[in-house]
Amino acid sequence: MKQSILLEGAKFQITIRRLCQQLIENHCDFSNAVLIGIQPRGTYLAKRIQKELQEMTGVDVQLGILDITFYRDDFRMKGTNPLIANSTDITFMVDDKEVILIDDVLWTGRTIRSAMDAMQAFGRPSKMELLVLVDRRFSRQIPIQPDYIGIQVDSIDSQKVIVSWEEIDGADSVELITEKK
Amino acid sequence: MSTTIEQLSTRHLLGIKDLNENDIQLILDTAANFKEVLNRPIKKVPSLRDITIANVFFENSTRTRLSFELAEKRLSADTINFAASSSSVSKGETLIDTVNNILAMKVDMIVMRHPYAGAGVFLSKHIDAQIVNAGDGAHEHPTQALLDSFSIRERFGDVAGRKVAIIGDILHSRVALSNILCLQKQGAEVMVCGPTTLIPKYIRSLGVKVEHDLRKALQWCDVANMLRIQLERQDIGYFPSLREYSMLYGLNKALLDSLDKEITIMHPGPINRGVEITSDVADSDHSIILDQVENGVAVRMAVLYLLAGKRG
Repeated sequence: MKQSILLEGAKFQITIRRLCQQLIENHCDFSNAVLIGIQPRGTYLAKRIQKELQEMTGVDVQLGILDITFYRDDFRMKGTNPLIANSTDITFMVDDKEVILIDDVLWTGRTIRSAMDAMQAFGRPSKMELLVLVDRRFSRQIPIQPDYIGIQVDSIDSQKVIVSWEEIDGADSVELITEKK
Repeated sequence: MSTTIEQLSTRHLLGIKDLNENDIQLILDTAANFKEVLNRPIKKVPSLRDITIANVFFENSTRTRLSFELAEKRLSADTINFAASSSSVSKGETLIDTVNNILAMKVDMIVMRHPYAGAGVFLSKHIDAQIVNAGDGAHEHPTQALLDSFSIRERFGDVAGRKVAIIGDILHSRVALSNILCLQKQGAEVMVCGPTTLIPKYIRSLGVKVEHDLRKALQWCDVANMLRIQLERQDIGYFPSLREYSMLYGLNKALLDSLDKEITIMHPGPINRGVEITSDVADSDHSIILDQVENGVAVRMAVLYLLAGKRG
């Protein structure tokens, strides 16, 4: 197994701050914007972005947590078991809001498709954007592209991209893992 | 919190007896997620959009049938309904023939209520579809027990260590048996209370306490689950009169107020107001009867969703 670190320490922090700057550029005071972190691991990024935005602008941007388990398109497919759901916590309506979907890694795009489906249950946003920390480009199975990208990675299907968070894993990092056969 | 892949140990839901403790936790945890879905402006998820479910009811039902049907629709399943009273069963068709004919129309799951104990188990041995038992005679009513546990968990945070008294017609009650098994598997203590004639002879072998004095039972428990007297199943007189039963085993406000603690009141419905419970108790803050009905949809969604995941 070969591990290569793509992002860690100060560079990780700079990347998060740059994403926040880009959000501020597009949303100014966030009066009409909400952040939605996708369960399970997009929530850490969403919380980090919310905290960072608070420090940079003084604004508490509304944050929701969305679980997409019940909207997956691979439920009951061969070899996949029913996935246990995580909690969803969205306490506001998203009608006419600018929704920023947040996930750690964008790969096939199927999770984001499910998330867009799931968001419909909470109203009709005026706009939906996608922010990801890692974009595994050239591996999309459906036409979905992010609006804000931390880093882009060229990878093949057998490789894994792992994002670790200080809150739960001890340190911030993005790693590319290659299984050797 | 990470996403783990897990599933039920059973392909059908025939009774609580077949579930292990993990199954019960999995169902209740998933039900909590579905309860959140039911509080959204759009209360529907697409999980079971490729599944067809038949609700086959050989016995009358209001809550259970509506609750199952709503749960199926909120999961985007296609549903068909069948009531024995208006069907060819009255022309002499057998159970297996009836169900096989329904299955020939490409149905994936059967939700069945039947007046005879073991009907679901019997069916599961002869047909291919997955079966959910919605009550079989005086045997089991698993989804009712699961929603009762879910409601207790919602009220107290945990089922383990709680003291639950099941009061009334234990002999004819499928709710009682399913509840006893379900509560015990989660580590709760269970007591049954009722007149001697309505307590089955061997109930102690299940490890439950038996009490014939209503006041003592209420004084002991955290939760009292009041059962209906099932007159339609009583072929002989098990007690002199409903009036006498009500005087000895009916729960009223005065009795509740005279206890030196607060207890939570449950009832699986339908309520016979003035018999096992008076209106002022049924409608009081102690009662979580309508919460039980609300939770029923979420619990049944969880059961159908998890069983659908077992289809290969």
